[in-house]
Amino acid sequence: MATAPDQTRSESLISGADAVIESLVRNGVEVIFAYPGGASMPLHQSLTRFGDRLRTILPRHEQGGGFAAQGYARTTGKPGVCMATSGPGALNLVTAIADAKLDSIPLVAITGQVGTSVIGTDAFQETPIVEVCRGITKHHYLVTDAEDIPRVMKEAFFIATTGRPGPVLVDLPKDIQLTHIQPDYDVEMNLPGYNPEVLRAHSEQIAQVAAAIRRSKRPVIYAGGGVIAGDASENLRTLVEKTGIPVTMTLMGLGAFPGDDQRSLDMLGMHGSVYANYAVDEADLLIAVGVRFDDRVTGKVAEFAQHGFIVHIDIDPSEINKNKLVHIPIVADVNEALSQLNEIVEPPEEGLDEWHAKIAGWKEEDPFAFDETYSGILAQEAIAELSRLTAERNTVVAVGVGQHQMWAAQFYKFRRPRTWLSSSGLGTMGFGLPAAMGAKVGCPDDIVIDIDGDGSILMNIQEFATCTCEKIPVKVLLLNNQHLGMVVQWEDRFFKGNRAHTYLGPVGNPEASGQGDGISPDARYPDFVAIAQGFGWQAETISEKKDLESALTRLLDSDGPALLDVQVPYQEQVLPMIPSGMSVRELIKK
Amino acid sequence: MRHVLSATVQNVPGVLAHISGMLASRGYNIDSLAVGETDNPGFSRMTFVLRGDNRVQEQVRRQLEKIVTVVSVDDISSRNYVERDLMLVKVSASAGQDRSNVRGLAEIFRGRVVDVAADSVIVEISGTENKIEAFVDMIRPLGILELVRTGRIAMVRGSSPSCDQSDTESADAS
Repeated sequence: MATAPDQTRSESLISGADAVIESLVRNGVEVIFAYPGGASMPLHQSLTRFGDRLRTILPRHEQGGGFAAQGYARTTGKPGVCMATSGPGALNLVTAIADAKLDSIPLVAITGQVGTSVIGTDAFQETPIVEVCRGITKHHYLVTDAEDIPRVMKEAFFIATTGRPGPVLVDLPKDIQLTHIQPDYDVEMNLPGYNPEVLRAHSEQIAQVAAAIRRSKRPVIYAGGGVIAGDASENLRTLVEKTGIPVTMTLMGLGAFPGDDQRSLDMLGMHGSVYANYAVDEADLLIAVGVRFDDRVTGKVAEFAQHGFIVHIDIDPSEINKNKLVHIPIVADVNEALSQLNEIVEPPEEGLDEWHAKIAGWKEEDPFAFDETYSGILAQEAIAELSRLTAERNTVVAVGVGQHQMWAAQFYKFRRPRTWLSSSGLGTMGFGLPAAMGAKVGCPDDIVIDIDGDGSILMNIQEFATCTCEKIPVKVLLLNNQHLGMVVQWEDRFFKGNRAHTYLGPVGNPEASGQGDGISPDARYPDFVAIAQGFGWQAETISEKKDLESALTRLLDSDGPALLDVQVPYQEQVLPMIPSGMSVRELIKK
Repeated sequence: MRHVLSATVQNVPGVLAHISGMLASRGYNIDSLAVGETDNPGFSRMTFVLRGDNRVQEQVRRQLEKIVTVVSVDDISSRNYVERDLMLVKVSASAGQDRSNVRGLAEIFRGRVVDVAADSVIVEISGTENKIEAFVDMIRPLGILELVRTGRIAMVRGSSPSCDQSDTESADAS
């Protein structure tokens, strides 16, 4: 009799590490991208015990793990989880964390830390990662009492996924992982300063918006990542059905409204469509939904939508009037606000035929275009062809950063939300491959393609190994121009074509100083086909137009991970372009 | 324009670093920042004085509110409030005329001499920013050896709390 309670107690005591992993399972986590090291070994030992409920994927670099977790989160809408050891491991997560902050992606990053007794002594592999990450997380914890683990984990997931989503860091000293506790997973959260309840808009404000729509003659909807994060695409479509208002999307907003709908104006901003930028400039009503008036969208902010009455709906009060003063600021959950609006909205009184006709004229005059007579393959053509070939298949596209990213945004027609993964705010090269990897884990039945550049892909190319070893069959369409194309474009536009470390081959090549006249096939560097094959991938390279369709089809129909290296010229520029800090009046078409 | 913001924050490690880091990284200039525990040890009160137009003030307030450990923020400069700053100043003053000058000035400003040494005294004085600065100007010719200030703290007059802390306060009362 006397021993019975003690037994119960000792059985219910578990290590801090087990409590962390159990918390993950209880929070619905199905996959974690985790790279082990000294200070996170207890957590990894625990992961092996939970292997039947939680898949652990070993990336080949912590940054790859961080972006894979993001790819998973961006496609599924569920929080992505990654883990690293202390010091260098944790620091390698920093870029992925900052990236998640700028793009509002729910991410829980767990790091091992040196034991509490040596914190602050410059111990081996010690970094004050919470200090490093304060400004780039939505919230962060350094756990100094193992009893706090269930509460901290509960709060971490709650904070990452509610309100405006974002990354949360949980730093766990090794002795805390090893301390035995009796966890209470139903513990109450202690967040008196965090109230993310679903915000409804004031009904008078919604009525004002409806009245503004009724009066408008040239309205435009400017939709951003908030529409996708807030699962508001359907209500956005309903609003367009009811009013006929055309929609332009930010880089983060692509997929929020079908790109092949005639009321889509495609992307706006620096490399957005001529018609979207003209439409916003001439709009008498701009309905900004889940956006933040980023400088890449507005250019010279004083002249952005200067003739229009502006409505701004966003869940984050600090975005209201931050960059641009607006007429009707609405702090609300975008889905909630749009659904309120849809209940009362009526189409513009005088109809929009004239406005649509004007836009159709702009579309006809200046569509996204490329030289179809070019003898080889242009990057734009490869993307347009891929878009055509995948139109009937559920496809997710990830990208790196640079020209290929902008061309993918311009020439791939996104039809559903959460099918476009782009490091948009931070602009992190190397994002594409690991993000595609995480997306494929989250959406195993979809085709997941990383459209990448030869500069970007090299920054996380080690993830080829993860794809092979963990059986994650992502496809890579590599648009290989042997240069950092976007920087080359700026060199040509603004620096008299002086090549400053933007050629990616050997420095002896005349191209390195801008003296070459193209790159001969045998001078191409590196051999991506050999690299991919070395990692166990299928791979091929093409340079001729006649091979494009068949090679893309082979890529899409391949079983395992596969790479198609497409040799493209570096002289192409992403157009149209509004140079940084300028307005639509300085728009460059050619 | 001068704004006084009063914030209730969770009393947890790192909250001051988080807030000061946010203010610095966004380029906001803070004249004064004072922190201390409240009657509830789970919370601290921070008082900020900043200069800027209403839009800057509004952004600072919203960015502060966005920090998870910040419970509430109130711009109390638009309300009727009491503001104080505490200063200790060590003035060169040997026994005789100098010392009685210091004592006389301290009396006029309702300060107190809290330490006397052979050739210096320490004066404690509290009050509004203007009063403290006026006293510093008066005493400067005598020779200031050392000066330290707490930074501004402030509270709304009457029964309404400076920050909406009603939940925590009623919990305390019960």
